[in-house]
Amino acid sequence: MTLFEKFKPILAARQTILEQGIDPFKLVVQEVISPTEAMINDRRTILAGTNNYLGLTFNPECIEAAREALGSQGTGTTGSRMANGSFASHVALERDLADFYRCHSAIVFSTGYQANLGILSTIAGSGDVILLDSDSHASIYDGCRLGGAEVIRFRHNDVSNLEKRLTRLGERASRTLIVVEGIYSMLGDRAPLSAIVEIKKRFGACLVVDEAHSLGVLGPGGRGLAEEAKLEEDVDFIVGTFSKSLGSTGGFCVSRHQELDLLRYVSRPYIFSASLCPSVVASTRCALKVLQDTPALRERLWKNSHELYAGLQKIGFTLGPEISPVIAATVPSKEYAVAFWNGLIESGVYVNLMLPPATPSGLSLLRCSVSAAHSSEQLAYICEVFKGLYEKLKT
Amino acid sequence: MLNQENLLPRLYEILGPFTKEGRTLNPETQLVADLGLDSMQVMELLSTIEDDFDISVPLNIVPEMKTVNDLADQISKLVVSPS
Repeated sequence: MTLFEKFKPILAARQTILEQGIDPFKLVVQEVISPTEAMINDRRTILAGTNNYLGLTFNPECIEAAREALGSQGTGTTGSRMANGSFASHVALERDLADFYRCHSAIVFSTGYQANLGILSTIAGSGDVILLDSDSHASIYDGCRLGGAEVIRFRHNDVSNLEKRLTRLGERASRTLIVVEGIYSMLGDRAPLSAIVEIKKRFGACLVVDEAHSLGVLGPGGRGLAEEAKLEEDVDFIVGTFSKSLGSTGGFCVSRHQELDLLRYVSRPYIFSASLCPSVVASTRCALKVLQDTPALRERLWKNSHELYAGLQKIGFTLGPEISPVIAATVPSKEYAVAFWNGLIESGVYVNLMLPPATPSGLSLLRCSVSAAHSSEQLAYICEVFKGLYEKLKT
Repeated sequence: MLNQENLLPRLYEILGPFTKEGRTLNPETQLVADLGLDSMQVMELLSTIEDDFDISVPLNIVPEMKTVNDLADQISKLVVSPS
């Protein structure tokens, strides 16, 4: 028995996948051509699995802002904000976020993953309870594990199951943090926020909404599900990421609770991580402005989402329960999913291959994410390739 | 009053669909090593147990539930003092 014994099942699973083609988890993007195109395996490939919802990764203003910051502030901060101090641009980004969300406080983290680790591990501690939706992202589960709270799952988007669990908690319900997502990353469905808010208010609990996939996507101002549902005042904490609609990297939390600022003294992922590079901060600030100034991007994103959803549905795929820029086609098995995904790559289409246990209910998924930057021709080509493979693999 | 002794028969029933045909269950049967349950099946099993006993099982105690006996032990505690 060695330390590496436990990796044997992973080795076997990888071997099975490799026998069907290339390793989907080691894909190399040789050259990025645009927000929606890249060279993969020496082939020009349409990117439909990068969460680049607004297509801002090549926005000229954002690139120029990053370039200017790189020249004036250097390549990195070489440490955490606790140890090295904050750059003025970190503070400015937090102010921008607080203003955008009309909140009192904002904290920036070095990744979206760390934002969830930093918030969930700190807000709920020993003696407290976290009630999380079972389809929550891994960063939410890991954030819960890092803290000392008791962690209980409720069935995905099942409000009566959530209510039942709060009832069982009795007086402890008021020391409970409920965690949901604006748009769930696998199937693209939304949390039933209005019913969840009603319950959280009734039981005196607090609510976190992770808007990672809904920032820039939902709401008239692009602030996410809470804005769309007109419930921003009732959400205690909003967590999000810069690595999707804002085209950079990093994460954040905003809150109407002034106590959020105290997390800087106790949140280990915040204290012990190197802070964001100045160029990243600059492009993020610029992208946030573009997001606010250009509602046409959101309109285009939704037009494209409807187009791809309708196209894939027409072929006969079972898709997520509602239309969103996350469009996941459920396929019969892991083997089918891997074969289909290899076929897509060979035809110059990149989507996400999602296999259990990373997926809800053990589903095998071909997950597409739509961008405002996709052209109608690109979306039509994606549908054409999906249709061809669907017919081919049926026999 | 629920205790491990009267819990076990009900647990065997619940574990039935998760058990390969011909396999006999006993208190020392291990959920992962003997029954071969993967992480998703464990969560599915817990969900059934939660509905059946009207309890919420905290994820924090899942690593302690290695055998059928461990399950019974944790359930009896949760039934007495619900989460």
